[in-house]
Amino acid sequence: MVITEITHTPSFSEIFLTSLYKGENGERFRTCLQCGSCSGVCPFGYLMDYPPGRMIAGLRADEFDLVMDTDTVWMCVSCYACAQICPSKIPITAGLMTRTKEELLLAGNVPSELQSALENSQRYGNPMGESPRKRADWTIGIQPQVTILGKDRHPVDILWFVGDYPSYHPRVQAVAKSLAKILNVLGIDFGILGPEENSDGDTQRLAGERGLFEMLAEKNGRTFSKYQFNKIITSDPHAFNALKNEYPALGISYPVQHYTQFLAEYLNQLKPMLIKELSANVTYHDPCYLGRVNGVFDEPRMLLEAIPGLKLVEMAHNHASSLCCGGGGGGMWLDGFQWEKAHVRLSEWRVHEAVAAGANVLAVACPYEPPRFEDAIKMTQQAGQLVVKDIVELLAEALG
Amino acid sequence: MNIIVPVKLVPDLVEELTVDAGGTALDTAWLRLIINEFDDHAIEQAILLKERTGAHVTVVSTNFEGIDDLLYTAAAKGADRLIKLNGDFESGINNHALARALATIIRDLKPDLILTGVQAHNDLDGSIGPLLAEYLGMPYIGYVSGANVSGEKVIVRKEYPAGLIGEMQAILPVLLGIQAAEQPPRYVAISKVRLMMKTMNIEEMDLGALDSTGAPIVNRMFQPEAAERAMMLSENADEAASQLVTIFKELGTL
Repeated sequence: MVITEITHTPSFSEIFLTSLYKGENGERFRTCLQCGSCSGVCPFGYLMDYPPGRMIAGLRADEFDLVMDTDTVWMCVSCYACAQICPSKIPITAGLMTRTKEELLLAGNVPSELQSALENSQRYGNPMGESPRKRADWTIGIQPQVTILGKDRHPVDILWFVGDYPSYHPRVQAVAKSLAKILNVLGIDFGILGPEENSDGDTQRLAGERGLFEMLAEKNGRTFSKYQFNKIITSDPHAFNALKNEYPALGISYPVQHYTQFLAEYLNQLKPMLIKELSANVTYHDPCYLGRVNGVFDEPRMLLEAIPGLKLVEMAHNHASSLCCGGGGGGMWLDGFQWEKAHVRLSEWRVHEAVAAGANVLAVACPYEPPRFEDAIKMTQQAGQLVVKDIVELLAEALG
Repeated sequence: MNIIVPVKLVPDLVEELTVDAGGTALDTAWLRLIINEFDDHAIEQAILLKERTGAHVTVVSTNFEGIDDLLYTAAAKGADRLIKLNGDFESGINNHALARALATIIRDLKPDLILTGVQAHNDLDGSIGPLLAEYLGMPYIGYVSGANVSGEKVIVRKEYPAGLIGEMQAILPVLLGIQAAEQPPRYVAISKVRLMMKTMNIEEMDLGALDSTGAPIVNRMFQPEAAERAMMLSENADEAASQLVTIFKELGTL
């Protein structure tokens, strides 16, 4: 009897599944029960050819090439709803969805809107393609002047990582100015990186561009190491998530807080300064990467409740079940693509909830949200009176 | 088939442009360069031809800041050979000088097909394609938005005004001025570009002495200047109407 070894060339499904097993908690992919909770909770699952549960089934059936032939994974907004609800705690967002986008991207299958955001991030350090030299232009006119570390080379207590949208987007610049005002009245010794700051890269990573994320992180890491500071605060939950959970693996490790956590620590000092009454029903939208992913639910609400006259009301989806605004995972740069597929925006769904909760103000804490929700309000009946404000804008208004 | 793609770096208009103290050229101190958009399409078209019929693609460009990234990105898309050209660019380089120098180098590369962007926004003395074709003694077809090679022939789609497309055939070697590739330039993951940085070699060649004769001389370069400003009429309709009547009377039209 002759015994010969049967050679087996692993299929794409097998190679991909093996790579998933190797990721953090990747072994859990073996424990999928096919309960379908992930596909049900996914805000766009109903129109995906392969929602997460079916993707896993496709992998097991050695049919993942069929999944790769569809472009519906680009509907994934990396909101972590699937990962959060999964009874087996499978890392669906971080593992399956992001790795699938990475494979599509390596194969050159990228929607063109996303392509330009990625190219801009690479070239200019921001997804909008704005001049890096103008990154601190929003600070012009602010008194006392905002310290830009490259210019005023002195140590600061707090390095404020401003982020792309607060730096460049005209609507979100107003949020950045409000935070500067609050930091100034609290007498915080802070500085920003200005032109030396690059996009945190987290959303690019979740859109499948791991290499670009690493490039941006390394640039930011080199800049951080040039200056002296004790702690980083961010305007953006995505930057917070990147600095807290992703940069350390690249050797870039600093204490970091989202600004809501930071200001909550100063609440005793801040509260007596909030003198102007704000008689409004305010509802708070938990950003995915502040709430569900990083468990920061209380501090934003504490800040809101410190404002005199303000009444906090909750939407149907709140805390860990909060709905995504649609901007995550590359959604911010796939508006046209997602509209073509869905003919509905997640931000509109959220605005409906805010109206139903009887809110006059939709409070947010993520820079993607003011423009997204304000656009959604224009498209939503009965939302005419609803105003979108970042928490820090409400605080700045309450200063009087 | 040997395809050569000469590409140019041009000022990136994301940054504001300033004129230097001499008043005849851009201030290069703050200048940031980017691949000429049409050249990016020329690279894409070359890669498409390579994928379709097989070809060896060489991308060649002058050694300005950012050139390595440009060349490695082209390699990640599928370019086989990367060449950067060194020379004395201190006093600026016009398209006449560049085309003459490129002709010498490209002739030695024995091209079957040369693809280059049909134009660039900093072309002050004509676009590079026809000049290069002239110095190489090669036929030139510009405003091309698609090409297919079979045997010794290339069939190209050329754009005409009013939405007309012409299809024409030429015998290789030929130089094409690319208006647009058949598909938008593809995206390559940064990880692929970084891999090229480790594995691909950029050859360096010398452009030699530059001869810029034949080009116009720039006397003055300046930002657009406001001429006579518009006169704003009153927002009140009645006042505006009487103002208009007065103006028309003054102009003799009433």
